Amino acid sequence: MARVILLVAYHVFKESVRDKVLYNLVLFATLMISASYLVGQLTAGQDIKIIKDLGLAASAVFGLFIAVFIGVGLVWKEVDRRSVYNVLVKPLRRHHFIAGKFIGLALTLLANLAVMAAAVYLVLAVMAWTQPVLAAAALVDAPVVDPNLLKAFLLIYVQLLVVTALALFFSTFSSPMLSAALTFGLYVVGHFNADLAHFENVVQSRAAAQLARALYYLLPNLAPFDVKAAVVHGQAVPAGYVLLTTGYGFLYAAAVVGLAMLVFARRDFK
Amino acid sequence: MSADADRLSGRPDRRQAIAALVVSALLVTAALGLQAVRETHYRIAPVDATLLYVESGASANRLALSYHALLADVYWIRAIQYYGDTRLSTSSTKQYSALYPLLDLATSLDPRFTVAYRFGAMFLAEPFPGGPGRVDLAITLLNKGLAAEPAKWQYAQDAGFVYYWWLQDYKQAAMWFDKASRIQGAPWWLRSLAATTLVQGGDRPSSRVLWMQLYETAENDWIRTTSRLRLAQLDALDEIEQLAARVARYQQVAGRFPADWEAVRAAGLLRAIPSDPSGTPYLLDATQPGGVTIARSSKLYPLPPQFARKAGPPS
Repeated sequence: MARVILLVAYHVFKESVRDKVLYNLVLFATLMISASYLVGQLTAGQDIKIIKDLGLAASAVFGLFIAVFIGVGLVWKEVDRRSVYNVLVKPLRRHHFIAGKFIGLALTLLANLAVMAAAVYLVLAVMAWTQPVLAAAALVDAPVVDPNLLKAFLLIYVQLLVVTALALFFSTFSSPMLSAALTFGLYVVGHFNADLAHFENVVQSRAAAQLARALYYLLPNLAPFDVKAAVVHGQAVPAGYVLLTTGYGFLYAAAVVGLAMLVFARRDFK
Repeated sequence: MSADADRLSGRPDRRQAIAALVVSALLVTAALGLQAVRETHYRIAPVDATLLYVESGASANRLALSYHALLADVYWIRAIQYYGDTRLSTSSTKQYSALYPLLDLATSLDPRFTVAYRFGAMFLAEPFPGGPGRVDLAITLLNKGLAAEPAKWQYAQDAGFVYYWWLQDYKQAAMWFDKASRIQGAPWWLRSLAATTLVQGGDRPSSRVLWMQLYETAENDWIRTTSRLRLAQLDALDEIEQLAARVARYQQVAGRFPADWEAVRAAGLLRAIPSDPSGTPYLLDATQPGGVTIARSSKLYPLPPQFARKAGPPS
């Protein structure tokens, strides 16, 4: 079973490489290198902070686009090309197919994010080496080449897994355009989710407040994945917080992938 | 063989590909030429640097999703560019109306953006034309910083500095220095500075301590340069005091105000024509307190008014 899933995952990874997804890394590297030069001219001594902010935000955005635009086509493309028939006649269960697709894209994202994190660290190391005065000033907040940045990268990755799961879920029953719109919509809603938790302060109706509270638990809560500003300012991000948020992300993504399996299993391809 | 294969497959051969590239390059060049011509005849209206797409920090924070720190950087860069452009502008109608909103947005988006609070305090308080001269907004910004990070004694120190340097309100300044000194991690000298400020008001040694502290903890070149300038001005005030004493002695001996520095030097009271720390010679001016002043062409001009008034021969 695991072998079959990994085989599908491997093909997703290979296909994303063939689709030139990794070109995104060239773009990212160009952005980081040019930014490291430009910010020095513009930021009045805040180069290190801004490179960290930019590196983390760009990794999150690039990852988001990969997760959404590849994720929404994962299943739809197979159905559209009718290659799904060839796949399903093989000794492969439908839910294995979905699991493989998800893991494949998760691996693609992991590879991308790992390279982007390495690029951010490299740029920071070069800045610390070439501009010791700036680096010394930046130490007030946090070390220049700060291992704590990895906590932010980890949570970005887990958030991307949730987004990937959503994109894959929508991909099992709707067109890429609609799936992308729905996934982006949930991504935005996920950042405003906390408002729903205290809806009783805004409305009088008890039923509406309870509905809002239910939605709060149902919709993805993405805001807690954002610790970018905290790590850049050297604030403590406790390991327990990272662990709990990571656990939430994995479980939520697994639940959504489970739903995607269910929908896909019930689809009629005749 | 390869060209044949390309022809059979319907793909362009190398010559066709090169021709297509050349044609594309020519078309882009022509488009850029047309754009240049259009911009010569129909000038593009300059972008209004004061335009703020979002004015509320809270709204900007919500709209930024999880990218508020990066957006704060963007507003920070805009604030620096705006301040620099306005400061360099020679327009008689220039104003710094967008400086505070830009800093307010940057600090709302990233409440721990230390340099934005300290930059704000320094340059919002700077009198016109070097800044908007809004000490009230400087204090507001620093209070906002303290609300976000109560452990940052530097904000309380900066608030004291604003009262000390720009308002010469030494009671308030001493209160802020005292407040800063009570925050954990604050340097020991803040407590004695608070006491000195309360008892003696503003004096040059205390000012020197403050500017030295700013210089040593400066997070950007602008603050460093300004601190260096202020320290040089304080040095100049000390030198003016010493020179005024020599001019007074000359007057006692010669019975008249010296015509020039050469006369003072010839009387054996100076070894050379005295210059201020920027290298510009001091001026002899009988209408000034102590008879010595700084040249308008000096980089140090004008000297801080609260101390310049006091400059003169030691009593």
